Amino acid sequence: MAVTSPRTVLKSDEQPATAARPRRVTGSLTGRDVADVVGALVSALCLAVLLFGRLAPLSGGFGFVVVAYALFLVAYALLASIDRPRNAVKDKVATVVMFSLAVVLFVALVLVIVYVVARGVPAARHLNFYTQDLSQAGPLDPLTIGGAAHAMLGTVWMLGIALVITVPLGLSCAVYLSQVGGPGSRVLRTIVEAMTALPSIVAGLFIYAMWVLILGFGYSGLGAGLALAVDMLPIIIRAADVVLRVVPGNLKEASEALGAPRWRTVWHVVLPTARSGLMTAVILGAARGIGETSPVLLTAGYTQYLNANPLRGPMVSLPLLAFHLVNSSQGGYIDRGFAAAALLLVLVLVMFAVARVLGGRGPGHVTRGQARRLARRSAHDVLRFTSPTRFTPTRNVPVDDLLSFGGPTPPEGNS
Amino acid sequence: MAASTAVIGPPEGRPPSDLRQRRRVRSSGSLGDRLFRSGARTSGLLVLAIMTSVGLFLLLRGYQALSAVGPLKFITTQAWDPDIHNFGIAAVLLGSVFIAIVAIVVAVPLALGTALFITEIARGWLQRTLISLVDLMAAVPSVVYGLWGLFFLQNNVVGLAKWISTWLGWIPIFTVTGADPSNPLASDSVYTASTFVAGLTVALMVAPIACSIMREVFAQAPIGEREGAYALGATRWGMISTVVLAFGRGGIIGGTMLGLGRALGETIAVYMIISPVFTIQPHLLQAGANSVSALIALRYGDSDAFGLSALMAAGLALFVLTLIVNFTASIVVSRSRSGAQSEV
Repeated sequence: MAVTSPRTVLKSDEQPATAARPRRVTGSLTGRDVADVVGALVSALCLAVLLFGRLAPLSGGFGFVVVAYALFLVAYALLASIDRPRNAVKDKVATVVMFSLAVVLFVALVLVIVYVVARGVPAARHLNFYTQDLSQAGPLDPLTIGGAAHAMLGTVWMLGIALVITVPLGLSCAVYLSQVGGPGSRVLRTIVEAMTALPSIVAGLFIYAMWVLILGFGYSGLGAGLALAVDMLPIIIRAADVVLRVVPGNLKEASEALGAPRWRTVWHVVLPTARSGLMTAVILGAARGIGETSPVLLTAGYTQYLNANPLRGPMVSLPLLAFHLVNSSQGGYIDRGFAAAALLLVLVLVMFAVARVLGGRGPGHVTRGQARRLARRSAHDVLRFTSPTRFTPTRNVPVDDLLSFGGPTPPEGNS
Repeated sequence: MAASTAVIGPPEGRPPSDLRQRRRVRSSGSLGDRLFRSGARTSGLLVLAIMTSVGLFLLLRGYQALSAVGPLKFITTQAWDPDIHNFGIAAVLLGSVFIAIVAIVVAVPLALGTALFITEIARGWLQRTLISLVDLMAAVPSVVYGLWGLFFLQNNVVGLAKWISTWLGWIPIFTVTGADPSNPLASDSVYTASTFVAGLTVALMVAPIACSIMREVFAQAPIGEREGAYALGATRWGMISTVVLAFGRGGIIGGTMLGLGRALGETIAVYMIISPVFTIQPHLLQAGANSVSALIALRYGDSDAFGLSALMAAGLALFVLTLIVNFTASIVVSRSRSGAQSEV
């Protein structure tokens, strides 16, 4: 008894101590942190006002911000170091610095969008901006006359030509790089990688010298489309190559184990698996191409008239129009230039959102409609395999009956 | 009987018909496959032909101009008068480099801080929104940045330029000749259209690109090592500096170099902002700057065949510079540990 009693005493001694200890807060933000930040901010502002107003011969708005921020960091470090070890002070200051760097970048980026869109609205809110060209509108005409229809048409033509060239060529080249391989592919991959470094204006210069001057085609939408294609091709190939290379090897092996030739494996397994990634590659390439100004500047010429023929005569695209209008430095034109830039921004935004939605789904993820179609096809196969007589598959067999007991789940899950 | 069942198919008992020929494992047999291969190879060759013809054409035409003045004179001459064979890339190439350096000096801290903020501090919806925003801004056309830089940034940044030149003017690169800070009525135009303003605009353009690369690498920092650092009692910053930054060093350098390559080749935003000069302009805050791509955009229209060759030589020099930067970046990224999984 004499041995056991101290043990129980020890236990009962310890338990209230642990229970009485306050529950630890595991969240990272406490009232103390907020108070520190606010206090440091106030003291830094006051000190900066004092410095700028009384003590030192400093002036200027930006200088005030810089000095106030430096003072804020010092004050915050001081406040934090009252009762914290050095490591914790470093952590606090580093967190604040990271936060403020992020805030500066995001404020600047949001400002870019908001400023350009806001300056573009006065011209872009008139319907004629989308339906007329600039041939009737002088720099002093009101914004209700003239628009960017010719540039919109030009952008469609140029991007269309560039995509018609780059999508088949780029995707099949990416298939060659990742699925066929061989010694040639390594050389090609290096060259494609190198060409992504080609400044876009040099691509434009190449087409200008080759197509416009030497071959004598003159300024045209086709030339601009070619320049954009030279510019976009390496980007699309590289992005598509990356996407195709991450297709799981066991899918390919499963297909080849079933006896499929290589082209069937690529066509039925590799490409469908990578479909969303390939779409993203193409859309991001197109978003790059739609906004490129410098290759178009050298190859398309400039016109204020609607030109629907990409083979002949100068053509203008949205970014090029914005560039020319703003460079004219005349009020009405600058407004229209901002509207063209804002329209371009919206287009890129839409393309980006589409790419996000498509790229958000990984390989193997299917929508509900696709899942239903897959289930139906699979049920059709089951019927075909199990039917005792030679079954000639027809598309309109009511195989949905087979699905009715399984609900929405595909039948291969049941078996 | 027992022995014969145990030994399945003894070799000496195999009928001679079973001694089949070794199976061919090559799969080039079917017609479809051969078509597929040759089709893919053809498009590969086509791309190769396009790419090399661009390179060769630039090289040949550029060489024509280069050999007319000699490479040494081409690199050291500042003027650009191809008609009298007096031209060189000293001013424009250095101008490109200055603008790119300003851009990188501003963009890299912003990108690094933002990437760390996104991966290490922001959580949930905030993190997702910021990732989308950064990736979106990397896709915004350069003409939009150019408009913003010309109309918004330029007017607002004059004060900063003035402040720097007033207080740090004793450093040679911040000197502004012709400026008189004591005269409140002096025009601000000596501070506009400068390398500094162009560099800031380009910085904003390349910061999202650099940021999204850094973010992707930081997010791959192995969780085991992160937890290990915390378990050893590290603060969050302690963990970041010893694990995330060490792991992501390749990504930081790679993102920086990629941004640098983009900044060197940027045309439209720079062309809209600067007022071109054809001398080396080491005073970053002073009006007047130049870059190779702006030179091409400025002079392509009024150039004869030889002038175009000269421009191509300049473009080629820029291409070689970007190529070096990009290949260095990809080598750094591939050699570093970034992207590799930890053993834990």
